Amino acid sequence: MEPFDPAELPELLKLYYRRLFPYAQYYRWLNYGGVVKNYFQHREFSFTLKDDIYIRYQSFNNQSDLEKEMQKMNPYKIDIGAVYSHRPNQHNTVKLGAFQAQEKELVFDIDMTDYDDVRRCCSSADICSKCWTLMTMAIRIIDRALKEDFGFKHRLWVYSGRRGVHCWVCDESVRKLSSAVRSGIVEYLSLVKGGQDVKKKVHLSENVHPFVRKSISIIKKYFEGYALVGQDILENKESWDKILALVPENILSQDHFYVSLQYNEKGDHFNFQKHHSSLQRWEYLKKAASQCPSNIKNEKCGPWLEWEIMLQYCFPRLDINVSKGINHLLKSPFSVHPKTGRISVPIDLQKVDQFDPFAVPTISSICHELDAIFTSEAEKEENQAESDIKHRTRDYKKTSLAPYVKVFEQFLENLDKSRKGELLKKSDLQKDF
Amino acid sequence: MEFSGVKRRKPWLIGDQRKASYPHSLQFYLQPPSENISLIEFENLAIDRLKLLKSVENLGVSYVKGTELYQSKLEAEIRRLKFSYRESLEDEYEPRRKDHISHFILRLAYCQSEDLRRWFIQQEMDLLRFRFSILPKDKIQSFLQDSHLHFEAISEEEKNLREQEIIASSTSLGGPKLELEYVYKIPFADALDLFRGRKVYLENGFAYVPLKDIVAIILNEFRAKLSKALALTARSLPAVQSDERLQPLLNHLSHSYIGQDYSIQGNAGKISLDQIDSLSTKSFPPCMRQLHKALRENHHLRHGGRMQYGLFLKGIGLTLEQALQFWKQEFIKGKMDPDKFDKGYSYNIRHSFGKEGKRTDYTPFSCLKIILTNPPSQGDYHGCPFRHSDPELLKQKLQSYKITPGGISQILDLVKGTHYQVACQKYFEMTHNVDDCGFSLNHPNQFFVESQRVLNGGKDIKKESIPPETPQPKQSAQKTKNASSALASLNSSLEMDMEGLEDYFSE
Repeated sequence: MEPFDPAELPELLKLYYRRLFPYAQYYRWLNYGGVVKNYFQHREFSFTLKDDIYIRYQSFNNQSDLEKEMQKMNPYKIDIGAVYSHRPNQHNTVKLGAFQAQEKELVFDIDMTDYDDVRRCCSSADICSKCWTLMTMAIRIIDRALKEDFGFKHRLWVYSGRRGVHCWVCDESVRKLSSAVRSGIVEYLSLVKGGQDVKKKVHLSENVHPFVRKSISIIKKYFEGYALVGQDILENKESWDKILALVPENILSQDHFYVSLQYNEKGDHFNFQKHHSSLQRWEYLKKAASQCPSNIKNEKCGPWLEWEIMLQYCFPRLDINVSKGINHLLKSPFSVHPKTGRISVPIDLQKVDQFDPFAVPTISSICHELDAIFTSEAEKEENQAESDIKHRTRDYKKTSLAPYVKVFEQFLENLDKSRKGELLKKSDLQKDF
Repeated sequence: MEFSGVKRRKPWLIGDQRKASYPHSLQFYLQPPSENISLIEFENLAIDRLKLLKSVENLGVSYVKGTELYQSKLEAEIRRLKFSYRESLEDEYEPRRKDHISHFILRLAYCQSEDLRRWFIQQEMDLLRFRFSILPKDKIQSFLQDSHLHFEAISEEEKNLREQEIIASSTSLGGPKLELEYVYKIPFADALDLFRGRKVYLENGFAYVPLKDIVAIILNEFRAKLSKALALTARSLPAVQSDERLQPLLNHLSHSYIGQDYSIQGNAGKISLDQIDSLSTKSFPPCMRQLHKALRENHHLRHGGRMQYGLFLKGIGLTLEQALQFWKQEFIKGKMDPDKFDKGYSYNIRHSFGKEGKRTDYTPFSCLKIILTNPPSQGDYHGCPFRHSDPELLKQKLQSYKITPGGISQILDLVKGTHYQVACQKYFEMTHNVDDCGFSLNHPNQFFVESQRVLNGGKDIKKESIPPETPQPKQSAQKTKNASSALASLNSSLEMDMEGLEDYFSE
């Protein structure tokens, strides 16, 4: 892949916005079938331009207006905000208090930095293939709940471009949800609680809610590969002390937990330390937990302890502030990440285990691909009469961006189908034939 | 409703008609009253209900809601003030009518600001919860129907399919007794208070709610309806307020509930920036001390920390200019670009001083707000250390603050009993070397003010305080000699020892 140089952004963005950005599909999404008057026109966008100039309350009349403005301003970053009561670009003309955010998709932002206390391979803005599994698990767990528990049908998952993923829930009823309900949804989906001052961040009650139970099943599929092998969380004293800090005293003080027991030639009955791998130590820990009597109040043993540790190390961590505000601005799909150059591409839910953030095209790579094709086409003496628009609408298809746009189109198809279904239902009720 | 200056005889309805107008001992207040009423009765009804709601508030703080003690005390209070509560008593027309009219009068007084609305809604909800809890089971269905709440019970088959899941989700069900319970299928958004805490089973957008949990739903409905109604009332308020007979009473009513909120900056500009480091160890409560330390060490604070600490600093007297300088200096040390600060953070600081956007002058957070909302997560330093820190780490922190081991163990005991604010008071006593702090802590800025008083030898502090007493229209508002007696009167009427908050903290 072509290496990305942030200094080249102005030129690259120019090409990207002129030839590659999928405007038709983008407009098709945010217009939502044109069912509600002015829905697109009342949508707020914000642009971050070169030199960190940030402008809010941008709004557009239609797809062509959007195209023109984006090409003119060449934004480094594009954020999508709420649908307001009036055109955002005229908000200053509106009487004070009358300009209100009315609807917006329910969004989630999962950021790898929030897992710094439980990943050993990277920290802060860095990610690698080892810790990316955290995102895979997060997507599976959250998506399952959104679909099966809440009944949400139109969920778009997008790679943020650097260290996380976003989810856009676009069902019609969901866009109308109040801030209180959005907060409630995040609370429902939250299990890991506490800042630096709290060691044990997950506490399960005796009654395990189906949501928790199903999430644990998902984590179990990945735990060995991710935590015990990849992260090797019980590799050495420094790392396993962190886990043991989550284990109640009465288990740790069991006979022979640390101190070596007599063992036979084959090496059975090794104590915790003497086991050779995270895998073995984990098995030992589980056994020790299940053997202790649970007659002590508040000291949980048995499977709860195992689950609490797994959840603390693997369960998704959501930022409630992103989800609860109707007017919150979130990075747009197909926006470019100014530091990595990667495009914020949709993630194919059918292939979520195979998603590789390092294989996501960067703006320089797709511009490079486009240049290469253009040169070869010019050699073939392409028909000059072909309209510019037609040219443009097929350009992204010739690059590595194509499969991601396809995922987006599938998402749009589903939205259309639902909309048609709703309209049919309504006209049936009104007995229109 | 019309108001007459002359006391009129109320029209006497004949037996059945009276019963029909108020079929239940509780209601959702969906219809406003439509009779004539004298001014004196108007005032008396309003004052009585305000007394009731304040009792509801006090009892809710002093006792755990729902316990026998709480229930019996609340019942006694309602009876004393002659409001309705129980179904089976004799002539209930008068108490129910009183309940109805007084609620609507207080809407006029309490619709005027976010804070007032929040308080009013909270107490009305607690009152409704109590009344519903003593409603006989066979009356529940008819009450729901009359209040236009359409809850459908699901069939046996549907129940059996989901039996395990429903039992695993609902903490109110003790064991496999599902056959005896009605289970209602409700759109999830209508069951907010249940699903947010994962206390109900959700499937495909619906919550499967056992009868026992229906109360939460009802309260949610009530809160939503009342909130909307208050917003509507606020819009028609100018017309009401122009009536000279009502204006003084309504104003008086709405001022009597809130205590000090530390938004009035009587001492703005009296603190200089270079004092802050030493003040943070001497006079800041632990929550702010830890935020300040984190800011100095990391040259950064996340949003929650900036809000909590920034507003506190405003409350102790930092001006906008000082605040901008303070934050900018610190953030720049963290290698932040000064321009980036100006673009990103200074807007928010000016916003919190009420100089941007909708120009709300935000008030510093009270202890209750810090303890109950927005708990800190990874990378955050806000919150209440007594509430949000692990006891072990709290102990280390107190040791580093040089608190004696005896004091530390007393504090940890209080924390264990969820008496977070009393624990903080203990901290105050230990760090200021006094036996009794002399106040009931409910606000970080109060901690600061009291600390300064102790350290500066009892000098008066210029703060306007509105004494939070029940209004008696004949008496004029009392001026207090100094802030501490105002605080004392506030605190004695609120009895803040936090036992009532236990139910917030159980899973």
